[in-house]
Amino acid sequence: MITRSEYCAVAIADCFADDGEIMGSPMGLLPTLGARLAKATSNPLLMLTDGEARILQGTPPLGVSTDVVEGWMPFRLVLEAVVPYGKRHVMMGATQIDRHGNQNISAIGPWDKPVRQLLGVRGAPGNTVNNKTSYWVPKHSNRVVVEQVDIVSGVGRQRAEAAGPGASTFHNVHRLVTDLGVFDFGGPEHTLRLVSTHPGVSVADVQAASGCEVYVEGDVPNTREPSTEELLLIREVLDPRKLREREVPSA
Amino acid sequence: MSMPSKQLTLDEFVSRLSSGIRLGIGGWGSRRKPMALVRAILNSPLKDLDIVSYAGPDVGLLLEAGKARSVTYAFATLDSIPLEPLFSKARQEQTAQFREWDEGMFATGLRAAAQRVPFLPMRAGLGSAVFENDPTLRTVTSPYDDAQVLTAVPALDLDVAIVHMNRSDAFGNAQYLGPDPYFDDLFAMAAAETYVSCEQVVDTAGLTLGGPLQSILLNRTMVTGVIETPNGAHFTTCEPDYTRDEAFQKAYASAAKEDFAAFKQRFLSGDKANYQAEVAQFATEQQS
Repeated sequence: MITRSEYCAVAIADCFADDGEIMGSPMGLLPTLGARLAKATSNPLLMLTDGEARILQGTPPLGVSTDVVEGWMPFRLVLEAVVPYGKRHVMMGATQIDRHGNQNISAIGPWDKPVRQLLGVRGAPGNTVNNKTSYWVPKHSNRVVVEQVDIVSGVGRQRAEAAGPGASTFHNVHRLVTDLGVFDFGGPEHTLRLVSTHPGVSVADVQAASGCEVYVEGDVPNTREPSTEELLLIREVLDPRKLREREVPSA
Repeated sequence: MSMPSKQLTLDEFVSRLSSGIRLGIGGWGSRRKPMALVRAILNSPLKDLDIVSYAGPDVGLLLEAGKARSVTYAFATLDSIPLEPLFSKARQEQTAQFREWDEGMFATGLRAAAQRVPFLPMRAGLGSAVFENDPTLRTVTSPYDDAQVLTAVPALDLDVAIVHMNRSDAFGNAQYLGPDPYFDDLFAMAAAETYVSCEQVVDTAGLTLGGPLQSILLNRTMVTGVIETPNGAHFTTCEPDYTRDEAFQKAYASAAKEDFAAFKQRFLSGDKANYQAEVAQFATEQQS
């Protein structure tokens, strides 16, 4: 029996499959699992850090950040020499993400007096106009997938184009992976489009759980099954403690 | 003539500051923050500070104590605990003015100040709400044929910067021994005066004995004063001397969400020695 979190892991890994020799910056648990899975299978050239200043050669299990160190990546190099250099694919979380691919991790409510302060925009504005960006949402709901985010942290295509070539030249929002399916922004005017649903999820389920229109073209396939090798890697090597179940519990 | 020592006591340090200054604080989130210097400010009459920080508990505490008039930041976090509760409270209750930039813009603003130019161009910020929420920001058009419009990140000129290092000599040659310098040298160069707290003041010759040449991040031309504060980054990280005191940080975060008065009374109302004694006592309580 393949669990939902395992479908999520391979869907995330597939986001990094064609990246070649760049730095992957997965934020959070499932993105880290997915990126390490990609490095161990489809894209061995992917470069990953311990989440702090060390570049790790291997793919240790979740919760472990020791391995052979292949380089140094302090925050200053991320901000001044990796993000603007562009050889990077970041997968960020999103407290809100909208139909136009704008993301919010800053705050909920009006800027001057937010109902709930979150992290702040962090590196999202710079990430989205400089390097490839994907998003991970562990609990797809109409409060997370919305018509319009409150505070635009990560920039969607339409706003990037409106800001001119300075913003749009290297803008590349690639995928949104949620616990229900995989999406891109290939709908009309770069809007949210359903790419695949995880097995057990219908298109109607996705639409009911979304606070905005989701563009659907023809028959939507299921997210692909993990290979035997991938399942073995997920279960025995990369996440033997099943931390993935904490983020996406089995029904 | 010998070189004069720059060593100061915490009281001497705090007497050098004045209300209304723009104060930069080094470190990152809950990592290598000059917490002993921050506590000295908490216990001083200083007020109306304009704080510039990759914010962690330093900023949460200054806001809670009513010391901050404004905060320029890119995030506020305790790292192992995602949100900084005192910061969140201040934002939600609008108790100060806030300016939220992208992380890279923030570094670029410090670099512009360090290089004494009014701004530096970059892509970050374009298209995002950063421009809407900080109406002082401007764009700049490339003077070359491409004519691209970019963010003109204004210099984050500081009156004073405070940073915490593992070691320093008495003259301000200061060394970090952990994995990441953060942006502490940029903070130092962006400021008119920089005060360095450190785990240990060592003989100058000890700097290259204790770590690689490149770990001497600050040279004495960047530094105004040196304050020896063992455990001075507590409860944030200061590797390899110590890691984050997660139990203490958890107690801080819980207190911040419920009733902060008791925590403040116990840990923050005394002097440096009292804080460290209470921290040691807290550690003993955790073990029993």
